[in-house]
Amino acid sequence: MTGWDRNHADFEAVIGLEIHAQLLTESKMFCGCSTAYGAPPNTQTCPVCLGLPGALPVANRQAIEYALRFVLAVGGTVNRRNVFARKNYYYPDLPKGYQISQYDQPLGEGGTIIIIEDNTAKSIGLMRAHLEEDAGKSFHVDARAGGPATLVDLNRCGVPLLEIVSQPEIRSPYQAYLFVTKIRQLVRYLDICSGDMEKGALRCDANISVRRQRKKTLGTRTEIKNINSIRGVERALTREIDRQIDILGSGGQIEQTTLFWDDDAQDVRPMRGKEESADYRYFPDPDLPEVVIDDDWLRRAAKAIPELPNQRRDRLVHEFHIPPYDAGVLTAERPLAEYFEAVASLVDRPKSAANWVLTEVLGALREVSGNIEEFPVQPPQLAELLREIEVGNISGKIAKEVFRIMQSEGGSAREIIERRGLQQISDGDTIQLVIGQVLRAYPTECKAYRGGKKKLFGFFVGEVMARTNGKANPQKVNELLRKMLED
Amino acid sequence: MIMDLCRENLAGMRDLLKDGEVSAVDLCRAHLNRIAERKSLNAFITIDGERAIDAARTADKRKQAGEETGLLAGLPLAVKDNICIDGQPTTCASKILDKFIPPYTATAVFNLLNAGAVIVGKTNLDEFGMGSSDEHSHFGPVKNPHDLSRTPGGSSGGSAAAVADFQVTAALGSDTGGSVRQPASFCGIVGLKPTYGAVSRYGLTAFASSFDQIGVLTRSVTDCEMVFRVICGRDEHDATSVRSIYPDDYSGDLKSAGRMRIGIPTEYFGEGLAPEVGAIVEKTIEELARDGRAIRKISLPHTKYAVAAYYIIANAEASANLARFDGVRYGTRVDSGQLSALYRESRSQGFGVEVKRRILLGTYVLSAGYRDEYYDRAQRVRTKIIGDFEDVFSSVDLLVCPTTPTTAFKLGEKLDDPLAMYLSDIYTVPASLAGLPALSVPCGTANGLPVGLQIIGPRFAESRLFSLATEIERLAGHRRTGV
Repeated sequence: MTGWDRNHADFEAVIGLEIHAQLLTESKMFCGCSTAYGAPPNTQTCPVCLGLPGALPVANRQAIEYALRFVLAVGGTVNRRNVFARKNYYYPDLPKGYQISQYDQPLGEGGTIIIIEDNTAKSIGLMRAHLEEDAGKSFHVDARAGGPATLVDLNRCGVPLLEIVSQPEIRSPYQAYLFVTKIRQLVRYLDICSGDMEKGALRCDANISVRRQRKKTLGTRTEIKNINSIRGVERALTREIDRQIDILGSGGQIEQTTLFWDDDAQDVRPMRGKEESADYRYFPDPDLPEVVIDDDWLRRAAKAIPELPNQRRDRLVHEFHIPPYDAGVLTAERPLAEYFEAVASLVDRPKSAANWVLTEVLGALREVSGNIEEFPVQPPQLAELLREIEVGNISGKIAKEVFRIMQSEGGSAREIIERRGLQQISDGDTIQLVIGQVLRAYPTECKAYRGGKKKLFGFFVGEVMARTNGKANPQKVNELLRKMLED
Repeated sequence: MIMDLCRENLAGMRDLLKDGEVSAVDLCRAHLNRIAERKSLNAFITIDGERAIDAARTADKRKQAGEETGLLAGLPLAVKDNICIDGQPTTCASKILDKFIPPYTATAVFNLLNAGAVIVGKTNLDEFGMGSSDEHSHFGPVKNPHDLSRTPGGSSGGSAAAVADFQVTAALGSDTGGSVRQPASFCGIVGLKPTYGAVSRYGLTAFASSFDQIGVLTRSVTDCEMVFRVICGRDEHDATSVRSIYPDDYSGDLKSAGRMRIGIPTEYFGEGLAPEVGAIVEKTIEELARDGRAIRKISLPHTKYAVAAYYIIANAEASANLARFDGVRYGTRVDSGQLSALYRESRSQGFGVEVKRRILLGTYVLSAGYRDEYYDRAQRVRTKIIGDFEDVFSSVDLLVCPTTPTTAFKLGEKLDDPLAMYLSDIYTVPASLAGLPALSVPCGTANGLPVGLQIIGPRFAESRLFSLATEIERLAGHRRTGV
């Protein structure tokens, strides 16, 4: 647990998060420009997202549908009549001088996210989820680079965002971490956001205040912006809670401010040059007619919602009799869950498939930091390998060796086993022959064993396995060895 | 000969072109000459003669090659300078758009060009369409061709003056609260503000988005209909544009084919209406009655709140629409190194006084603590006004009233009295608030100055408007005066 819990037990934190999820549409929220990441600056723009005189926005229906999926998945209420509103403020990366967002009629209201902390489920309420367009990106250039100047890239300007606002029901930085993780998992499952925080596809702002335990009234809150990693959420909040408690503890007062998380310095600092209490003068955008969501559209959006992580975890537990924790890991990401289920459906022992995916496959992925979709051993290949174990053609140990070969060189398990002569030796005569050789080679040890030093059994097994290059069927070896030693 | 050519209407010019009596280049040259001769009216901001002649030449070649040509093939038109044309300066008569050249063409202009039209230039206006006299232009005021000491009206004053003065046969304008109809009335020509959503706004620099419509100014109703037919229709770039096919979609769903019933709104004939204007409008109505039309007095009870509601909502929208002119990306930029100063100085020096007044008013009515009292309340008034019209259109087919309370006023007369200036829109803003089609057609003169009669119809009843306007044009024919 984090430091503040131990040191500041008198205080309780009240945290609300605002998450901006970039929707995975191909074109922007109000024009046809590409949303692809990483293009040269200002190459993905048009009169609409440049805010040129006379250009008009037209709402992207795909973005609305993605947002609908989210609202339905969290059990929120969908507003059937959607109004876009203008949020007015000046900034060089906001070419129209206003951002098109939603105000008093957001797409979704309510809904919950379940987080699991110390094996206990806690439900965090959502206030709302609404659609808006992203602003461009500003780069402040200093004197060395020919500045001081600010360069603006408008490629990101107009990219659709889903803003998800939680209720102030989060009580610790760790819960905030779990909440963001859960949101990230959900939007990835729904296939509506890449969840890639480094590329800014998921961004988080936090509102935070602290109060004495058991006190009902809320303290003065601050807002932290620019949190761009999941770990950053926990760190930034921990830092800010410490700061607030230090102030309150020494009799000071919290000032309502907007802070900025500096990931390099691992600290919060006041935002520069931002007005303290802006009046955004929201009003309905007259360029955009109301978007009415009819039953048909709702049904279509609902149909596109896949089985969600929690449901899937529970199903795996029942269907394959695997422990809930393992099922949780397997369902953390949709592609991994797909992978596992594909393997499990092709083998007789899904439980061992689960172990293989959790240890071997995930281990291998970690080593190369690759992703499951591009992993060289795809489900049919892994299933074939597991079947070789099931029918007794190879031992688990040999299987791991075959798995490594499949990973580095490709090829099917069957083929690798045959080509390299890795089949398990289960034939009694052959095994007896080897055991005979071993017993003759170690007469002293035989005598000792028969004299009561039963611990030597393992030594004999090891010798037999070594002489068969690990291919002897371990069960058979145990059985025959015991018989021959006792005789 | 040249002057005669310029006096033709679009239909006449089409015939001359068809018969090979003149070429499109001849027509274009004649008009460019006329524009040059009458430069003192200040109707144009930009004239691109070379580009126009090229377009005319293309039209001639296509005709010679026997290719299919559009409805407006080779016909010279002008476009108000708040509508974008790719590669040509669009100033909105503002210093803040200094040297701005749009990289795209407005859908309405695109449709004109597609129909073969030759665009001769961009016409003067009140800065960003904000004004009723064309005096609020960075490029100086426009003069009324009927009396050079008077305003042509605004904000499409340049378009109206150019058409009335035979510098061009038809022009696009834009109408937010009367900016096509009022100058058409002052200049003695036909001006149509279409139903909101009939013509794409894509490429029209926004003043007040929920009111703005591109409109048509011509010397005859037939010409007006011809241009409207070309520019109307749904556009995927404008989410508020709706119907596509003319005239099928624009008959206003007239159920009965019987006698057209005309409503006379009593609120439009009260205090403030100049007696000489009222007299000529009433005379025209009497003539319509004599022609066998059913004339009925009706009431639009919320009319008295229209101007106030209009100026609140329109300015609120304008305050956001004009935020993009900040000196950062294009136009006038006054940079002293500080971001806030860049905004403040660029906008202070770039905008004229009337535009600043409206931005301030619009910002105020949306501000925290005032929005309920002003903006939200004005929206409720707007709903009432829409309701007024819905009520009367259940019993009449069209409304007839004056377009403006007076004839063209003197240049400078209302420049220092914004309220008096705003009140000159009193008869035009209600239809704008309700998004209805309205057309001003000349119905005679008072003291030698043109008087316009306004016809207001239900949504998408443009073809009905044209039909009555044609009638009035015929009735008023004998009272018509030239420039």
